Amino acid sequence: MKSAALEYERPTSVQQALALKRHWGDRASYLAGGQSLMPAINMRLNAAACLIDLNRIESIRGITLEGDHLVIGAMTTHAAILASELVREHVPVLIHAGRHLAHTAIRNRGTIGGSLALFDAAAEWPAACILVDAQIRVEGPDGVRHHPAESFVRGLFNRSLGEDELITAILLPKQCPTDRSVVLELARRQGDFASAALMATVRSTAGKPTGLRMVFFGVSDLPRRFETLESQLLEAIQTGDLTEVAALTTAALLRENVVADLYHSVEMKRHLCGVLAGRALRQLLVPETSE
Amino acid sequence: MNSTTIRFLLNGEQVEAQADPRIHAIDFLREQFELSSPRVGCEHGVCGACTIRVDGQIIRGCLMLSMQLDGSKVDTIEGLTAAGEIADLQEAFVARNAVQCGFCTSGMLLTGQDFLTGARSISREAIREHLSGNYCRCTGYEAIVDAIESVAVRRGIQVTREAS
Repeated sequence: MKSAALEYERPTSVQQALALKRHWGDRASYLAGGQSLMPAINMRLNAAACLIDLNRIESIRGITLEGDHLVIGAMTTHAAILASELVREHVPVLIHAGRHLAHTAIRNRGTIGGSLALFDAAAEWPAACILVDAQIRVEGPDGVRHHPAESFVRGLFNRSLGEDELITAILLPKQCPTDRSVVLELARRQGDFASAALMATVRSTAGKPTGLRMVFFGVSDLPRRFETLESQLLEAIQTGDLTEVAALTTAALLRENVVADLYHSVEMKRHLCGVLAGRALRQLLVPETSE
Repeated sequence: MNSTTIRFLLNGEQVEAQADPRIHAIDFLREQFELSSPRVGCEHGVCGACTIRVDGQIIRGCLMLSMQLDGSKVDTIEGLTAAGEIADLQEAFVARNAVQCGFCTSGMLLTGQDFLTGARSISREAIREHLSGNYCRCTGYEAIVDAIESVAVRRGIQVTREAS
């Protein structure tokens, strides 16, 4: 449980970081908050010969507004995001999600950029970024590009991030003031990765629900939306008849590659998703409920 | 490997030492400064026994490299004890027998202090939630929650019943 021998680099700009990565190639890993990478290093699951520590690059830390988007620098910690008034005002679903996000000591170091680079199937930030249709800003030798969070990772070895590239920011569209969101997780210990989890946002026009987005996470190989299910459940919200919600959800997940964990079978996870969907919609239907 | 001289403020005292990149902050503090309060537990960020305070924030020491302490302000139980910052919390842990084997205690004290600092209103549920990243393998949680709750009362923090 001790790291192997390592070289350590501490760039102070994105350009320096990119140059170091070009020099070291796949023998180096970027070190963001380290809350997932350091366990892998300590367990020698990650064989990096060099860690390029991003913690001294001030230009990619912090939260600003750019037009219709909230821009969160990649090295912004979970704690800073959860304490941000800008986040609370413009993308409050992140605050709801934060309640479930690990523990204080981890929130103080872990970063949103690191979380998206890893894109853990049960992590809150990738799911939230898909929910609000965020864009991921990536910098590399060819300059800056943006990629939708929803298609950023398509499978284990298929992510839109080159060996020579670095995530520098996340751009989140502002939520509408009338959007209502819930984040529900079932976990064995508060703050641990969920066995099944759901984020949902309902959008209303003239007081009537007109849109529903849902992301299930901790269930499959990636956080996922199901567009057919979203339209079925939007209808359920509009009619107020929630009797079929669990059955529709379980059926939608039958076509999905649900992954069992140590404690829950595939069937159990599908069932839990149905339970979560029912709870989420009941909360979204009651105006005064704040998750 | 390439060890480098780093300088930082350790328990209020400016120090310098040789840091090797592969050594995490806890092994570094224990071996170079003979501090025994930061524990080497799971070494993968689950148990919370390695909790230390860096720049005023509690963190997992096993997930931080020694090199990353360069230029920072580090506090461990040794320093907080000398300064008297957590004397009431330590006293309450003893009074309530919230220390069994003692392995998790450093992390529990630092996390408890982090919870109480700046709090105006708390509940037992909130204490449990804040301590959820710290394992007590003796399972002495009830006494630990009692101790922190009693300090909240003594510090004039309002203690409410859980809503649910």
